[in-house]
Amino acid sequence: MNTLKEQQALSNDDLVLYGEHFSSRLLLGTSRYPSPQILEEAVVASKPAMITVSLRRQGATGQSENAFWDLLKKMAVPVLPNTAGCHSPQEVITTAQMAREVFETNWIKLELIGDDYTLQPDTLRLVDTAKTLINDGFKVLPYCTEDLILCQRLVDVGCQAVMPWAAPIGTGQGPLNPFAMKLLRERLQVPLLVDAGLGLPSHACAVMEWGFDGVLLNTAVALADHPIAMAKAFSLATQAGRTAYLSGAMPAQESAQASTPLVGKPFWHQS
Amino acid sequence: MRVMINQIEHQLPQGAKLENALALIQAQPPFAVAINLQFIPKSNYSQCTLADNDQIEVISPVTGG
Repeated sequence: MNTLKEQQALSNDDLVLYGEHFSSRLLLGTSRYPSPQILEEAVVASKPAMITVSLRRQGATGQSENAFWDLLKKMAVPVLPNTAGCHSPQEVITTAQMAREVFETNWIKLELIGDDYTLQPDTLRLVDTAKTLINDGFKVLPYCTEDLILCQRLVDVGCQAVMPWAAPIGTGQGPLNPFAMKLLRERLQVPLLVDAGLGLPSHACAVMEWGFDGVLLNTAVALADHPIAMAKAFSLATQAGRTAYLSGAMPAQESAQASTPLVGKPFWHQS
Repeated sequence: MRVMINQIEHQLPQGAKLENALALIQAQPPFAVAINLQFIPKSNYSQCTLADNDQIEVISPVTGG
């Protein structure tokens, strides 16, 4: 066990983002659940560090603004507003400012969409937008790709955590580029949260085993046959992966190595 | 004068304030407002004078991922 892992294992192992401590490493989206009650029970079952929320024109979604607002207050879990659907830096900045007023939080999940089909972030404009938000006092969690240089630039402008996707939003495909994701973990020192593309608890467990600091997911839980049970499964998988990472996995071997001692073996294998 | 509130056309008298527009649509809190893609803090609603063809967005919390 190296020094860093030893220190983390000996501490209470909170997730620390922008100096704030969170006892959970799971962030959960609030969209697409069969009902508000199931959303609430999924949150109770999984105990996420934060739940993601958004903003839309009043009356445009058919959702009851007051009902959702009342549910948020009842659940009493820190909220992470997003800038989903924004296609320009100005849209992002205005939406973030509106979110700060409505939700009374400086946290923002920065989404700047560059392609409507894949929902791939506009990586060329993401960094400057993040910098503008940070200069405006936001605690920015940028949704980005797994590109090392992009993530490094986000850190350079002040992002104290970055959130690379595992796969396109809502696909549930799991990590499509393990090489790049492991490289990110190796090269960057800030917390890394995998955002988007996870479909199974085993996906969450895998990225946590690689040393990622947390996962953010929504669709994999909301669209499961039993969202409450799936939320619990993701919570356990995230914890399992984290514990495995801190435990230090054995190196893989090319050939079999007996685990049972050879000394004192019984007579039937003696020559 | 003509203003667009959440992409729907409305008529308001010249010199109308943002708070008049919000009253017109009976905006339900919690919400936040932007005019022509610029955020307007709550504290400015009564001072903010609207102009012809202003695009007003009134947004509220919804579920999100």
